[in-house]
Amino acid sequence: MDRRPERRATLGEGLRVLGKAIRGEPVILGIAIAGSALYGLMTVLAAEVIGRVTDEAIVPAFRAGETTAGTMWVAALAIVGTAVFKAAGIVIRRFFAGLGQYRLNATYRRRVTRQYMRLPLSWHHRHPAGNLLSNANADVESMFWPIAPLPFALGVIVMLFFALGSMFLVDPWLALVGVMVFPAILVINFVYQRRLSPLATRAQALRADLSGVAHESFEGAALVKAMGREADETERFRRVAYHLRDANTGVGRIRGAFDPVLEALPNAGILIVLLIGSTRIANGSLEPGELVQVAYLFTITAFPIRAIGFVLGELPRAVVGWRRVSAVLEATGELPHGDRPLPATGDAARLGVHGVSFTYESDSAVAADASDRAVGGSVHGLRSEIVPPDRPVTSGAAVLDQLDLEIEPGRTVAVVGQTGAGKSTLASLLIRLMDPVSGEIRLDGSDLRQLRRGEVAESAALVFQQPFIFEDSIRENVTLGRDVPDDDVWAALELAQGDDFVRDNPEGLDAPVGERGSMLSGGQRQRLALARALVRRPRLLVLDDATSAVDPEVERRILAGLRDAALPSTVVVVAYRRATITLADEVLYLEDGRISARGDHDELMRTSPGYRQLITAYERDAQERAGAGADGAGDDPGGRRGRAQDADTESGGS
Amino acid sequence: MSEASTGTSASSRLGENQAAGALRTIRRGLALSPEIKDGLALTLVIALVATAGRVIVPIAVQQTVDRGLNAPGGADLAYVRWMCLVAGIGILVTVAAAYHMNRRLFRATEAGLATLRIKGFRHVHDLSVLTQNTERRGALVARVTTDVDTISQFLQFGGIFLLVNIGQLMIATVIMSIYSWQLTLLVWATFLPFFIALRWFQRWLSRAFMAVRQRVGVMLGAISESVVGAQAVRAYAIEARTQQRIDDAVEQHRRAAVRAQRLAAATFSTGEVVAGLANAAVVVVGVYLGIAGDVTLGQLLAFIFLVTLFVAPVQVGTEVLSEAQNAIAGWRRVLEVLDTPADVADPGDAGVVLPQGPVDVRFENVSYAYPDGPVVLDEVNVDIPARTRVAVVGETGSGKTTFAKLLTRLMDPKTGRVLLDGVDLREVRFDSLRRRMVMVPQEGFLFDDTLAANLRFGRPEATDDDIRRALDELGLSDWVESLPDGLDSPVGQRGESLSAGERQLVALARAYLADPDLLVLDEATSAVDPATEVRLARALEGVSRGRTSVTIAHRLSTAEAADEVFVFDSGRLVERGPHAKLVDAGGVYSKLHAAWITQSR
Repeated sequence: MDRRPERRATLGEGLRVLGKAIRGEPVILGIAIAGSALYGLMTVLAAEVIGRVTDEAIVPAFRAGETTAGTMWVAALAIVGTAVFKAAGIVIRRFFAGLGQYRLNATYRRRVTRQYMRLPLSWHHRHPAGNLLSNANADVESMFWPIAPLPFALGVIVMLFFALGSMFLVDPWLALVGVMVFPAILVINFVYQRRLSPLATRAQALRADLSGVAHESFEGAALVKAMGREADETERFRRVAYHLRDANTGVGRIRGAFDPVLEALPNAGILIVLLIGSTRIANGSLEPGELVQVAYLFTITAFPIRAIGFVLGELPRAVVGWRRVSAVLEATGELPHGDRPLPATGDAARLGVHGVSFTYESDSAVAADASDRAVGGSVHGLRSEIVPPDRPVTSGAAVLDQLDLEIEPGRTVAVVGQTGAGKSTLASLLIRLMDPVSGEIRLDGSDLRQLRRGEVAESAALVFQQPFIFEDSIRENVTLGRDVPDDDVWAALELAQGDDFVRDNPEGLDAPVGERGSMLSGGQRQRLALARALVRRPRLLVLDDATSAVDPEVERRILAGLRDAALPSTVVVVAYRRATITLADEVLYLEDGRISARGDHDELMRTSPGYRQLITAYERDAQERAGAGADGAGDDPGGRRGRAQDADTESGGS
Repeated sequence: MSEASTGTSASSRLGENQAAGALRTIRRGLALSPEIKDGLALTLVIALVATAGRVIVPIAVQQTVDRGLNAPGGADLAYVRWMCLVAGIGILVTVAAAYHMNRRLFRATEAGLATLRIKGFRHVHDLSVLTQNTERRGALVARVTTDVDTISQFLQFGGIFLLVNIGQLMIATVIMSIYSWQLTLLVWATFLPFFIALRWFQRWLSRAFMAVRQRVGVMLGAISESVVGAQAVRAYAIEARTQQRIDDAVEQHRRAAVRAQRLAAATFSTGEVVAGLANAAVVVVGVYLGIAGDVTLGQLLAFIFLVTLFVAPVQVGTEVLSEAQNAIAGWRRVLEVLDTPADVADPGDAGVVLPQGPVDVRFENVSYAYPDGPVVLDEVNVDIPARTRVAVVGETGSGKTTFAKLLTRLMDPKTGRVLLDGVDLREVRFDSLRRRMVMVPQEGFLFDDTLAANLRFGRPEATDDDIRRALDELGLSDWVESLPDGLDSPVGQRGESLSAGERQLVALARAYLADPDLLVLDEATSAVDPATEVRLARALEGVSRGRTSVTIAHRLSTAEAADEVFVFDSGRLVERGPHAKLVDAGGVYSKLHAAWITQSR
């Protein structure tokens, strides 16, 4: 989990985020602010009304011992009228602030996810899926969280001016109390939020950690059980849970200290007003109603003033959210596309690999790349400035090293090599999931980088060993949104030997497959993915150990089917099974990122010791064991024998 | 859709206490988090003091007007000063009480809920693989994270708000009735319809917010496809379609959120209108009562201040009620997990601890069927003597993986028993069991950590030298050297920085380092090249060490090398014996092997 200490958010940065939000939705937020100003005005007016009603209706009535219905009607209407306008202000402010907030959320979610689509796979590999999800969800949300109380806070500032003004009109001495109390509330609130926000941010981060631990631990539950590590995992969880507990308790302490003080301040103000006011009334320089008015003003403005604190308190989180969101928005490295089309024939493709090398970035390079950038600069015009992805940070060993290869149209080529030899990397490069660090890959003579967007996928398909299945129906998983008749879907499923399990399901093609295909077995998922590739009638088909979870017999039928269907397709197949390999016209033996041998199977068996070692491993093992059994040497340590053989393989390969 | 389906599957699988009342849930919840109850009585007393402080100002206004300004012998300013001093002290006491209330409340609830989380987490691990497969993993994560957060949020904010405000309403009512019972009735008569209407508002709101939450779920699902399936999206150039799905989900979420916001704005503002109505009524009726001599001027003015104490409960009431509902639902969900008995239970201290050494296994009349499902393993009787290498073969669905799960006690048999060194597996302590046997599944799970940390998972005390020696013995040192940072290379989430074959290498090395007496491999080398597979298989057998091994494989090379082959077909053990004997017997194995030979040679 990447949790470097976050740079402290400055007020300036926070205000810039607010400015960005207001510029994003100026009209809607403007209406919200106007509604809030109406509310502020009406709040002060309500106190004024109470004061006037006291002086002109209540006190005279008590003195005279009588009143008129007219006076009472006016008093009642004035009180209810201000309340209604105040409520209207609340409705306008809350509704439009919410509207603006949600519109901004949606806008930025669309922008962030567009980046996810645009950025290359290498970028995705560097950023854990969980982080990207929270960038699009929680980070966008926290970035615009202060937008809800912002109009409120701005309206409160309006209200404060009116309130102080009306106090001065009533009595300068009482106004002095307001001049002291209101700023005090603001300052304490500010200190409160400054103290609270690091703790709240920390609690938030710990919550994410806790969720990360639980998620990973439950995902690996079978392993935890198999290794008997339940207690250790619980300990790992307990540590984070206790940190979270302590952080939350700390939040409680701060809240406990500040909340009551903030609540008490206006009350203390009222007591001082009563103290001063009663003296002034005794002097005859103040009416009782005016005293009530000022005291009432303290009572009803005490809570709204804190809205300013809410905004300030949310700012640090908003800044952190904005930093994360803008890191996504500013990320560069989109795979550049050219404008060349491929010939619109249905014929098999010609594939050329020229001097291709590839190296994965090592972790230290990644960390440097992911470090925080300054907030503020916005780079949305990504298309204009294209930076090559996977800059050659050559600290890791080369996975592919100066690979040269030409495959004639319609040929079936098997790629064979040890685990970790670079086969899957080659497969990914062939359909341009990544670009090589150097060299080029040509399809029908065109460099993949010069082809139009989508052109490669139109002509070439790769089937992975562990395919991604969408939470959708069988049909949708095969067509992926293309307009394909059901007959073609069935035909593709038949070829992939996947029609039986679909037919067995009463819902047929409409059957849901569950999240990530959880309702299917591993073999069924692989066959579905194969059908997905076949339905597109690709001119280049790349199979990356794509039938490993399928029974040998079923795999044989699939391969036979592919051959008989006479697909106009060039096929590159990564495989270990000899049946698969012997179906190929040609075999490439990959070793240490280079093509160590090339030819048909029989040829390689003769010329390449490494290949022979790999392919005949089972037979040799069986023979050796049979031999060992005949010798009666059951106590010959298997480990030593394994190592001897290993050395043999290595010397043969080099 | 996802929420609803999770809900139903959870209830059918986990416990049946949906109908449990709110009170029962709270009582049971408190029992599981005893820290919450520690010192609760004192906290409530302190809360009462803090609440009482809220009526100080209205009383002070009334006292100033009636006994200070309108005192019988002219304005009594000295009284006002004394009264203000007393009220000031009262405010200070209130502040202190509120501080301690908050502090105590946070400490107790956080301690209690941390305990609840940890108990829940441990219990999820104790539940069998069976339960975990039915319940979605994400839902289980929510049980120990967000569900508990909802409870804590409610206890510390909504719950205390509810408590304090009910206290506030009661104390205000008492003070009001001392001043004037008529006006008190009037205020209550104005507010009562809205207190009753709160239930309706709350129901509308919670429905609206439920819709928002569902939309969040759909939106996250759509976004996660674009992130987790980034490779598939690019391979098939379906960016536009995927983006369209996200855009739709984002837009629907926005609409639902705005709808909820409209409702919230409307209900929130009603409090102000009602307060206005109440104040107007109090002024009008109060004036007539005053003329009749039933209330004093100060008392009437105090009412105007007391009415403000009613506004907050009306305004925030709807939100707090929804929060309470969510909290109880969250609590219930956590309790459901905890109340589900672990169907594979650790006998604990009462269990048997088996000594290390060569181990033998016996299956006695073992049958297994998934709940409401067909029998997948039927009356299996078999012996695996110590130091033998057994290969288990059969077609997909023949019951061979079930066999492995019962053997390693990831599940318990429906009938019959599995004996390890003559002891029923159910009587062996988990820690002893796991030290003696390790299963390596097909998809080796790796933690998001370094390679070394992952290798050490089965034996935390292993030194770097131990790890290097193990890798040497398995012939994997060269492979590790080729990684950018060697043993310190991070493997990525779920090990995704490595290829499927490489992940299997790590999983095997991890098991090898753990060095169990019984090793169970469930197609653990399916993605590894044949030469490496053979080399690993030999190293892992550790024949000289006296290890017993059981290998499930569809590559029959393993069967050829094994001492004995078990052949499963439709849940039954149909053939057993050494490869040489079975291969020409003309049975199921002969056919499987013939297919394998055409495949591989």
